[in-house]
Formats: sequence, C-alpha cells, structure tokens
Amino acid sequence: MNIVNLFKIALRALNGNKFRGFLTMLGIIIGVAAVIAMLAIGQGSKKSIQDQISTMGSNMINVRPGTGQFGGVRQSASSMQTLKLEDYEAIVEQAEYITDATPEVSSSGQVIFGANNAPTTVYGVNPSYLDIRKYTISEGEMFSDEDVKTSAKMCVIGQTVVENLFTNGEDPIGRTIRFNKIPMKIIGVLASKGDNTMGMDQDDLILAPYTTVQKRILAITYIQSIAVSAISEDATESAIASIEEILRQRHKIGIGEEDDFNVRSQKELISMMSSTTDMMTILLACIAGISLLVGGIGIMNIMYVSVTERTREIGLRMSIGAKGVDILMQFLIEAILLSVAGGIIGVVLGIGSAYIVKNILLWPIDIQLYTILLSFVVCSATGIFFGWYPAKKAADLDPIEALRYE
Amino acid sequence: MEQKKEIIKVEDIKRDYVVGEETVHALRGVSFTIYEGEFVTIMGTSGSGKSTLLNMLGCLDTPTSGEYYLDGISVRKMGKNERATLRNRKIGFIFQSYNLLAKTTAVENVELPLMYNPNVSAKDRNERAIKALTQVGLGDRLNHKSNQMSGGQMQRVAIARALVNEPVIILADEATGNLDTRTSFEILTLMQKLHQEEHRTIIFVTHNPELAHFSSRTIVIRDGRIKSDTQNSDIKSAQEVLQTLPKEEE
Repeated sequence: MNIVNLFKIALRALNGNKFRGFLTMLGIIIGVAAVIAMLAIGQGSKKSIQDQISTMGSNMINVRPGTGQFGGVRQSASSMQTLKLEDYEAIVEQAEYITDATPEVSSSGQVIFGANNAPTTVYGVNPSYLDIRKYTISEGEMFSDEDVKTSAKMCVIGQTVVENLFTNGEDPIGRTIRFNKIPMKIIGVLASKGDNTMGMDQDDLILAPYTTVQKRILAITYIQSIAVSAISEDATESAIASIEEILRQRHKIGIGEEDDFNVRSQKELISMMSSTTDMMTILLACIAGISLLVGGIGIMNIMYVSVTERTREIGLRMSIGAKGVDILMQFLIEAILLSVAGGIIGVVLGIGSAYIVKNILLWPIDIQLYTILLSFVVCSATGIFFGWYPAKKAADLDPIEALRYE
Repeated sequence: MEQKKEIIKVEDIKRDYVVGEETVHALRGVSFTIYEGEFVTIMGTSGSGKSTLLNMLGCLDTPTSGEYYLDGISVRKMGKNERATLRNRKIGFIFQSYNLLAKTTAVENVELPLMYNPNVSAKDRNERAIKALTQVGLGDRLNHKSNQMSGGQMQRVAIARALVNEPVIILADEATGNLDTRTSFEILTLMQKLHQEEHRTIIFVTHNPELAHFSSRTIVIRDGRIKSDTQNSDIKSAQEVLQTLPKEEE
C-alpha cells in the first residue's frame, strides 16, 4: 500500500466530518496553546532576570573573606581581615582565565556638598572597576593608576549622588565634596545604570582609589573583597578554580580544611534567582501538559466512536482489498492528522496569546524554538499513542462480521 | 462443449462453525466449476449455506476442508493479507446495501479498490473510474455524492466499483434486494449486458427464484449441499421485461 494513497484516504474520511474533526482537535489546540503560552511567560520572566543580572557583569567573580574563628568565637565574614592586598596581586599575576581585577574596600557615610548632604557608600577600587562592573563614564574621566599609587583625593560619582548634592544643576566636575570630613575632588560622573534585580540603586555610589579609602577613610591595611572579571561567562568556572587554588596556597589551607574565603560568580546568582522562575515554568508546563493529555484522550474517544460507527465502511474496504495494516494506517493517520493539525493551530494560538500577554499585561515573554518543536513531537506522539488502540481495533475486525454490522 | 477457462473450481469444500459447544456444518461438501463468461445464479433460502459459500468464493473466509481455486490459484492456505490482495485484483463485489462511502463522490467511490493497488497511478485511477461509471450509464453523474443519488444510481456506482479493477469474477450478493421492481430490472439488464456484451463472469446470489431465469446457469443450495445445478437454455431478457412494466408516472 502506497503511503500517499493512505493519506488521501484519511483526508477524504476527515473531510466528511469537518465539524467533528474540529471539536476533536480543540482539546489539542487548547493544550498546545497553553503549553506554548505558559512556557513563553515562564521563560520570559527567567530571561528578564538573567538580563538584569548580566548588566552587573555576567562574567564577574567576587572574592570575599569567609567566616572564620578568632579564639573560638565565630566571626561574621565582613569583619574578617584575611584578604590582603598581596592576595589581589597574586590573583592578578597568577590566575588564569581572567582579564581584570580590582581590590574593593567600602565605607558608608554622609557625603556633603555645600548645604546638601546625603547618605551613600564610597567604594575604594582601581580603574579596572569600570570594566568589571560594566560602568561607563558619562562626563569627565576616571582616576588613573597613578592616582591610586598616590592615594589621590579624587573621586567619580554616580547619578543619584549628583542629583542629591547638585540640586541647582551645577556642573559637578571639579567640585570638591566631603565624605566623612575627607575632601575629595570630583573628576568624573558615571552613566546611570538604574536599579539592579534586588532593587538596589546602582547609581548611588562614589568611586575613589582604594588606597585613598584604605588610608584616609577607613584606616585599614586589609581589603574587603576582590572583584575579578573572567575572560567570558563560560570561563567563570575555570577562573574560580584557578583563584581558589592560588588563595588556598597563599592562606596555607591544607586539603580537607575549610576555606577562609568565598569565591562566587554572577552565574551562581543567576541560577539562584532563576530557580524560582524555573519551578514556576515547570508547574505551568505541567498544568498545560495535563490539558494536552486530556486533548489526547479526546482524540482516542472520538476515534473509538468513529471505528464503531464506520464498521461497515471498514468491512467494505477489507472486502475490496484493504489489508489489516492499511486500515490500521488509515485510522492512525487520521488520528495523527487531527493531532498535528490541532498542534499547528495551537502553536499559532499560543504564540498569539503570548504576544497579547506581552502587549496588554506588559509581561516579558520569550518564545523558544525548542518549545514549538517539543509541542509538535508531543502532538504527533499523542496522535500515535491515542490513535493506536482504536486503529488496531479497526484493523482486527473480521470483514464478514463488519459487512453485516448494523 | 468447448474448453473454457476455469475461473472458479470448488472441490468438496466444507465449512464448520463452532458455536459454544456445538459444531454447525454450514457447508457439507460442495463441488462445482464455473467457466469464464458464465452468469450463474446461486439460490437458496436463508440458512441454506449460500452466504457461507459466498464468503468462500469471495475469499473472505477459508474452507475447513476441500480445495478452492480462483483463477487457478489455491486459496485455502492463503493468509489474510494474501487474500486481501487477491480480492483486490480478481474479485468485484456488489452488495445488497450498496456500501458506498457516505458524502463521497461517485468517482471517489469507484476509485476506492484502485487506491489499495499501489501499481495504479492517480491519473490511471481517475480515468478507469470514469470509464467504469460511463459503462454503467452514470457518465453524467461523476461528481454526485452518494447521498444525492437514488438507490438504483447508488447500485450502479457499486457495479462500477466492482468493474474498475477488471476482476475475473463479479460477486453480487442480493444486488437487487433493496430496489423496487423496475429498478431491479434495470440493474438486471445492466448485469445481462455486462455478461453478453463484455463476457464478464458473474455470480448472482439470491433467495428469489424468479431471478434465475435471467442467468445462464442456476445452482441451488439447500442444507449445505448442492440440490441442483442446471444450465438454462432459455434465458429471459431483463430488457424485455422492463418494457412490459408500466412506466413510472412522471
């Protein structure tokens, strides 16, 4: 039997019962549309979180001191003084897969300019900080390595600080502000980055050479953390491994002993943040999948009725030369045509409703090709799975009995 | 009698059915030979075994014992699929209730047997269906759907469907059973024409003794055995009978 003829036969049979065919497909249409729309919404919210995180630098690695003990008293990580400038230098010299690194020290306090004052944080860093954290200078310039060496009293400020201090629209460049009584000259202004995922204002900061913050503001010699950028997002794992090895060696930590530092990448943050949306996506997809299953059962139901109803037709087909396998294929193809046609309509409807959600509710959506392909595979599988039993029943009919069926 | 080609050769076929604990002997040993170009009426009351015999001849069933040769091929040991193919190539069925596909055009109905023959192309299929429909006088109703036709027209479509695969034998099972007298004779006229003009081999199964006069040979079945097997020297013309019937009021 020729497969083209089988398709023709199945199409002719479906053509005779268009409305019923449509009703049968409805289950599949709704199921697939739901799967596509739900996945689009789930993936969309995941992607928007990922995008926000990567504005902070997706290849960024943070080295912080770990918790440790001083004479049996467990200390918080921020009060640890285990990270030294030498650690930073060792990382710059030895670590693999990294491009830039900067030591970080920070201090919170009031910043004052004229009659205005505002609470903010001053970060002591080196010039690479801009690249690592994906900041750009909008006006003026960044301080130089030379300024770091000389502990220059210079700074670069964020937009929020500009708004808080320069309320009359003065040009901040060249002005001197005071942070905890230390005067600092503004040589540049950062371009705005907005809020981050956690809702923190990324523009409310002052950047100064780390030596300045260490010596003049905090009066410390250790550093609070090290920010490193890996050569790419994929290389972060290798970079972390390299950094950990250097630090373990420098801090003389033996095998099996607890690290006194933590190395974290943004990637981990992404996966942490995505886990909630992932779970939500899975839940939504499960609900949608169940409706697809119900749609499949609908197909089985109709095919089953159809076989009984068309018993005489099956008898006739057999008497004029249809083999059991021809009948089986005919009903199977009918079931698959129904489910795949339903799948196509469902995909269109699903994409359509996802865009409606995007435009009316303003939710982020992300339609991926694999979800569409997956729906098609599931649809065809549903057709075959639920079409098989009725088709087998039809193929096993005895032509004599079938011809006499009233 | 000249040596003609044997289309059907039945040798002592028996068919038993097991119903519950009992065994029913539907056929108790039937033998006959049908030659090319014969128009045979197989007659019998219900329960005589004629339906069972028809199922055997139509390769829908196999005998419990005995041999059946269709066009020289032994059918007894064939499997289901082989018999399906044999039916497709060698047999044309005509049923009492037409058994046309609903909501399907005449051409599509007639094409159906050829759909199951992969050697026939779509173009060939269409041409042969149109030719067969023209043969039965429905050349002007090719695209009428089965539910737009009268009983007589539907049976003509069914006859065209039986002719389209160029079978060696046409098996008609009570082909006029559902039709009024006039239409019955119209169908009979068509069958006689196929027999006389195209030398088709036809087996006409019926319980109606009147119909026997229109065929060339009559086999009567009773209680699973052949009661009589006679040649008919005085074949009545269905065409003539049709002319004596009162015309339908227009």
